[in-house]
Amino acid sequence: MDAQEYLTKIKAKFPDVADVPAEKLKDGIPALSCPAASLFEVVRYLKEESLNFLMNLCATDYKEYFEVIYHFTSLENKVKLALKVKLPKERPAVASITLLHAGADWQEREAFDLLGIDFPGHPNLKRILLPCEWEGHPLRKDYDRKPDQYD
Amino acid sequence: MTENQINTTKILDKDGFETMYLNMGPQHPSTHGVLRLGLVLDGEVIVKAEPDIGYLHRGMEKLAEKRTYQANIAMSDRYDYVCSMNNNFAVALAIEKHLGVEAPIRAQYIRILMAELNRVVNHMLFFGFFAMDLGATTALVFGFREREQVIELFESVSGARLTYNYFRVGGVARDLPSDFVEKTKVFIRFMRAKLKDYDNLVTDNVIFRDRTEGVGKFSKEDCVGYSLSGPIIRASGIKYDIRKDDTYSVYNEFDFNVPALENGDCFDRYLLRMLELRESLKIIEQVLEKLEPGEIIAKVPKVIKPPVGEAYVRTESPKGELSVYLVSDGSANPYRFHLRAPSFINLQILQKVLVGVKVADVIAILGSIDITLGEIDR
Amino acid sequence: MGILLDEAPYILEKFPGGGFVITSADWFINWSRANSLWPLTFGLACCAFEMISANMSKYDLDRFGVFPRPTPRQADLIFVAGTLTKKMAPRLKKLYDQMGEPKYVISMGSCSNTGGPFYDSYSVVKGVDKVIPVDVYVTGCPPRPENLIQGIIKLQEKIKKDTIKNNGRARIFNKNKS
Repeated sequence: MDAQEYLTKIKAKFPDVADVPAEKLKDGIPALSCPAASLFEVVRYLKEESLNFLMNLCATDYKEYFEVIYHFTSLENKVKLALKVKLPKERPAVASITLLHAGADWQEREAFDLLGIDFPGHPNLKRILLPCEWEGHPLRKDYDRKPDQYD
Repeated sequence: MTENQINTTKILDKDGFETMYLNMGPQHPSTHGVLRLGLVLDGEVIVKAEPDIGYLHRGMEKLAEKRTYQANIAMSDRYDYVCSMNNNFAVALAIEKHLGVEAPIRAQYIRILMAELNRVVNHMLFFGFFAMDLGATTALVFGFREREQVIELFESVSGARLTYNYFRVGGVARDLPSDFVEKTKVFIRFMRAKLKDYDNLVTDNVIFRDRTEGVGKFSKEDCVGYSLSGPIIRASGIKYDIRKDDTYSVYNEFDFNVPALENGDCFDRYLLRMLELRESLKIIEQVLEKLEPGEIIAKVPKVIKPPVGEAYVRTESPKGELSVYLVSDGSANPYRFHLRAPSFINLQILQKVLVGVKVADVIAILGSIDITLGEIDR
Repeated sequence: MGILLDEAPYILEKFPGGGFVITSADWFINWSRANSLWPLTFGLACCAFEMISANMSKYDLDRFGVFPRPTPRQADLIFVAGTLTKKMAPRLKKLYDQMGEPKYVISMGSCSNTGGPFYDSYSVVKGVDKVIPVDVYVTGCPPRPENLIQGIIKLQEKIKKDTIKNNGRARIFNKNKS
């Protein structure tokens, strides 16, 4: 199956998943925009349809909303696909996919640590890169750094 | 202070003995940097293992948003400081995807030459550190001797020994000096002769084999589930290499094999890197044959302001899949820069694989994954 | 015993010829300390590779008596090679406190001198001298091994100007004396 067939099948099965306009995607990887509530089911469907390798999971702070992006590929037929999830600015949360892809564990912890996005269902959601008593989420655009004893 | 971060509750086993918490702390000669492993031991056997990272977190992703695009290439040397050329390669490719430019053919060949030479350095250092961790200290001296020869080549081209900053958006910074091709050919002959010595010293060594064969097996399902990449999955039987399967730059013009082994234990991961080293030498020879005089940088504007958009670019670094996710908002600084580091993702499997092994095998398994803390913590 | 040895130079000075005894002892003790510096391997980031390179066969550091030790109890020099982050800073202080007197610190590379290329980051300590006292600063990003060797030679010159009147309690209570 190639990328277009995957897109049609997914959009047929999950009607609330939409296309992302292609002018902004400079790398040629097709992207789908998925609401946060149905993300887990879409990822489970992709895993059954052999798009079972999670390449990347990262989050961005656009000033009005957060966005988490997932990149999937298949090691057999070399198709690549991206899923984008938009989250609100207050209390952003999306279901954790660690039950389906164990490799998402630390990447979700990093998104929580640096951006403050919650992943309910994660077995061990605590800070990973910063010390555990750090306050604030540095990668947010409105992060305000307070000087401490080392500055 | 961070004792809170690792769960050290004592577990009682069926005979009423308590477990012990052992801290392989951030300063340790075998942890390849500042990695902290919290191990809960029942006698000599590990019951629970939890890596604790972040001791080298420099906030590079936030700093990338304040620097210009070209300065980001200069900063990318410090991510995985053993193979700096590969980091430069990934970031330069990501920026060029945004701008829609392609480097001229001579620059592409030079880029592949530098990336493959850096792969040779990385695998030689892996050989040195892995054998030293298991007790053969001489191997480290050999590894660094080979590294010195390649560093001299890099120094003649870029001026630095570790942080080259050699790639530019649209090509490379300087052309090769006139004796570079000759010196590289001398190095390849020397390296091929030395590889036989290393086989006798380490690969056929009884103690080395006993300590690495059958230890730390990664199954194929583990590899796919934990998103591992690089020599680790090829040693477990999955023959996937981004240079062949999702090819970038001009790798499709060169003829090389992608080795794959079956057992997935520490010895296979070591042997696979030695086989890959030989394939890299083949690629370097082919590049040296194909080099023709030409331009080394394409025409790009002085101030780089790519149009609004995003790109995800994959490359194969010596440690695995090194990819860059770059979001641009039309200004001279990136809006979001994320580096998908192979060592960060490869290290997650330690939580699963270390359960039930002895303490002495922890060093072998950790060494065979081949991590660099600079890209784990960023 | 320690207090006797600390006070001994001041007592010896008063006798005729006492000064000669002190300077000969100075020469011998400084010579032995300077030529057998055993560093703690404390490589944090990229500079660690140049530090290891300096110990290897091309830029041999063993000819200066430098022999790296993995534990702070057996070391009297610490090369802080690489970026010091806020999470790592308390551990560096702990390791420094575990070393025995007399101990020296060489700050290697621009990250440990002043924060380096990451000076405006939220999690980097701007210079290792905010945590421990430094004797020699070696510049570079990363410094070449020859640069590091020059730093060691400068430290040896500094040690050779030391005197036993600075030992023991005097060294601890007047820290940056020489």
